[in-house]
Amino acid sequence: MNKHVKINQAETADLSRRSFLVGTAATGLVLGYSAVPGLLGADDALAATASNFEPSIWYSIAPDGLVTVTCGKADMGQHIASTMAQIICEELGADWRNMRVQLASNDPKFNDPVLGAQITGGSWSTMMNFDAMSRGGAAGRIALTEAAAAAMGVPASELVVRDSVISHSKSKKSMTFAEIVKSGKATKTFTPDELKAITLKTPDQYTMIGVSVPQLDIPSKTNGTAKYGIDVMLPGMVYGKVVTPPVRYGATVKSVDDSDAKKVPGFIKAVTLDDKTATTSGWVVAVANTYANARKAADALKNSYDGGPNAKLSSQSLLDEAKRLQGLDDSGQFFVKDGDPAAAFGTAAKVMEAEYTTNINIHAPMEPMNATAEFKGDILHIYSGNQFATRSGAIAAGAAGIDPKFVVMHQMWLGGGFGRRLDADMMVPAVQAAKAIGKPVKVIYSRENDMTMDFSRPLTYQKVKAGMDGDGKLVALSHDVVSAWPTARWGIPDFLTPSVDKKGPLDSFTVNGADFFYTVPNHYVRAIKNEMAHNATPSGQLRSVAPGWTFWAVESMIDEIAHATGQDPAQFRVGLLDGKGKNDGGAQRLRNTLLAAMGLAGYGTKQLPKGEGMGVACVSSQERATASWTACVAHVAVAPSGEVKVKKLTVATDVGTQVHPDNIRAQVEGAALWGLSLAMYEKATLKDGGIEQTNFDSYTPLRMSQTPEVAISVIANGEKPTGVGEPAVTVIAPALGNAIFNACGARIRALPITAEAVKAAMKA
Amino acid sequence: MTTLNINGRNMSVDAASDSPLLWAIREQLQMTGTKFGCGIGMCGACTVHVNGEAVRSCQTMVGEVAGKKITTIEGLSAKGDHPLQKAWIAEQVPQCGYCQSGQIMQAASLLAKNNNPTKDEIVAHMDGNLCRCMTYSRIQKAIMRAASEMRTASNPSTERRAT
Repeated sequence: MNKHVKINQAETADLSRRSFLVGTAATGLVLGYSAVPGLLGADDALAATASNFEPSIWYSIAPDGLVTVTCGKADMGQHIASTMAQIICEELGADWRNMRVQLASNDPKFNDPVLGAQITGGSWSTMMNFDAMSRGGAAGRIALTEAAAAAMGVPASELVVRDSVISHSKSKKSMTFAEIVKSGKATKTFTPDELKAITLKTPDQYTMIGVSVPQLDIPSKTNGTAKYGIDVMLPGMVYGKVVTPPVRYGATVKSVDDSDAKKVPGFIKAVTLDDKTATTSGWVVAVANTYANARKAADALKNSYDGGPNAKLSSQSLLDEAKRLQGLDDSGQFFVKDGDPAAAFGTAAKVMEAEYTTNINIHAPMEPMNATAEFKGDILHIYSGNQFATRSGAIAAGAAGIDPKFVVMHQMWLGGGFGRRLDADMMVPAVQAAKAIGKPVKVIYSRENDMTMDFSRPLTYQKVKAGMDGDGKLVALSHDVVSAWPTARWGIPDFLTPSVDKKGPLDSFTVNGADFFYTVPNHYVRAIKNEMAHNATPSGQLRSVAPGWTFWAVESMIDEIAHATGQDPAQFRVGLLDGKGKNDGGAQRLRNTLLAAMGLAGYGTKQLPKGEGMGVACVSSQERATASWTACVAHVAVAPSGEVKVKKLTVATDVGTQVHPDNIRAQVEGAALWGLSLAMYEKATLKDGGIEQTNFDSYTPLRMSQTPEVAISVIANGEKPTGVGEPAVTVIAPALGNAIFNACGARIRALPITAEAVKAAMKA
Repeated sequence: MTTLNINGRNMSVDAASDSPLLWAIREQLQMTGTKFGCGIGMCGACTVHVNGEAVRSCQTMVGEVAGKKITTIEGLSAKGDHPLQKAWIAEQVPQCGYCQSGQIMQAASLLAKNNNPTKDEIVAHMDGNLCRCMTYSRIQKAIMRAASEMRTASNPSTERRAT
């Protein structure tokens, strides 16, 4: 049986091995939380109100009937707070108009029930919280129902709960949630075992799941009232603007001359960071009474640096090093090791090899990085929108030189995350400036700081070798993936994966996706860490992470094989998705999704004009265990100049169960357009150790005028809900590359796709 | 001290005349609905109106706007019910929402002059506003919806004939 096909009990246990115990290796961090009584955030202040009913840590009901859900996940635009409220509301039986949301502090009671930490990513949130939120909601309904039954003098089993009203049809009696909470009679609590024993609704009983209710956070995002980290104002607060060195990582400050900065009115101090967490290197913060003055002072500082070991490196150096490492037999560790590809290549009728590359990419969320730090007594308060409160609180503590249990993280709405806010670099200047000045400090990065100091998607180099038998059947595939290792940088062993060749843990967030659902009897995937890139361009998790590059290689290569063996690329995929062995279940779902996308796009049924083409790709992003089955048909027109016009993207995705259909469409569309933006418009480069692109004039994400039609088909077949924030990112680039080939015969193997490269490949 | 007229009120701010309006509005007057995105006029997150024209407040200096009428997202409507704000909710446009104040202010300056824009006119007017969540198609739909509502409000009989 294939344990990877769906999230069942075994799978959940597998994922929770990432649970944080305490303590980490590399950086010597201790992950902690505020365990000091009386220091809690707004969430606890609310729960502490005596008259509220709190049937679960995840929400409370006030005497006026308002239900306030505390969301432990970072909300960066995926409306996860509203989604959590919706799942609770389904089982609780509340009126949606009575639902409210707030964002959790870093109190560990709000840790993800599966992951055991506060971390938001991987398109995991809905799938991993659905059960816990459902049970929390049901517990509240049961408690309220029992209290109402006692008050009405009727059996609880005869009561109906709907829209925050509990009614008894025979006696025509009813009570609202507000009345029951006000009576103080709802007091039942549940042990973990009792929660587990609750029988949840079956899908045919749903009245909220599957309904596109108005998102609770949206009104505040149309009138300027939503509060992001950058909007925090504290009494007596001053401002910090970071001054970052010309080298991305490894530089040190030799001297700081603040003589001109002192002439700036309101200038307070230049603070050189002493970052023992090694998150930053060579940074200085200019502190002033206003942010405008802090920027002026920052510009006036004259710093000198030792550029450090990476000061001469360029993108080319990283690529050359990647190729060198790939050429070594003993490089890296195996992520997949099935059969014997080397032997199979020896007997194959046809062998093909290809190299695929992706450039450095920058997250660039619209809200530049920022954090506000305030020391109050022994406690360090941090205000920032962050995706990884558990680790970021520890980094803040490390920067302050205090125990993490004395750090309270105040979560804010995130002005975009995309993985960038898993990192905690912004905590360091805020904390050390606040400590040095003795006042609360809000640090706001300039866009230039934000771009040049991004924890970027790494430059990647992949080599794929394929062997086919005489019938054009794919019998062997070896796939080497060389990159910086974003997740290894965290220093948290639980996030790494044992290698199948027992050569120590590897960062599966560099190779996920390469363990595809195609049946290939001889299949190797090797994860090779590019240490040079790892040190020079500390990398991060950028929306979709590994599948954003692994499927670029796999899905391009599969197409190349199909063409080279005279087979239709889509039908070739269908044949490989035979569901044999470990691929049973997942392969069939992916095949069906591909066929759905083909049907919606009219693949193979439309006569296209010369210079136009459709290309397909299908993916099991993000991980085998958490896949949302996703396929794309891209339709492009290619001009003789090599210019590519994307006419339409058709995306189908199997998400199992859809909580909020409209939101899924919004996320899938956003993800698909991210995929397009990464494939065609976004490129960062390293030169002399520094990122060359500094702002939106040189790093150029997709704009409205470049946005094609996106047609989306969401398949909800009753399986468990899966994530939608990322998978559609990963399917676009290969579908585009394959469409371009079908349009003009040009095979592109490097991202981003440029007109020059297409034109050159047409001639070749 | 400079006096700025923002959302119909005169406000004093201790900001140098050559410092950006953005920081005076956001950090000193604490009207944080106007956002900082790039600082070079390439993203539109900081868009406000000066005498009814959409401008990038990161590129507009305090000294340039003394005595002019400045409108921010907080002052676009009394109750957050400008047709665009209602349309933004109806179309469920925002994801992270950070760019949306700027998007709405940019769109408002279009509809103030042209309440029946074509798709191409919308794209041309909005192309300077980045949305990293890529909500562009919903922004377009919301602008169309708001324009339709504004046409109906200004001339109900015409709208009925048109449909």
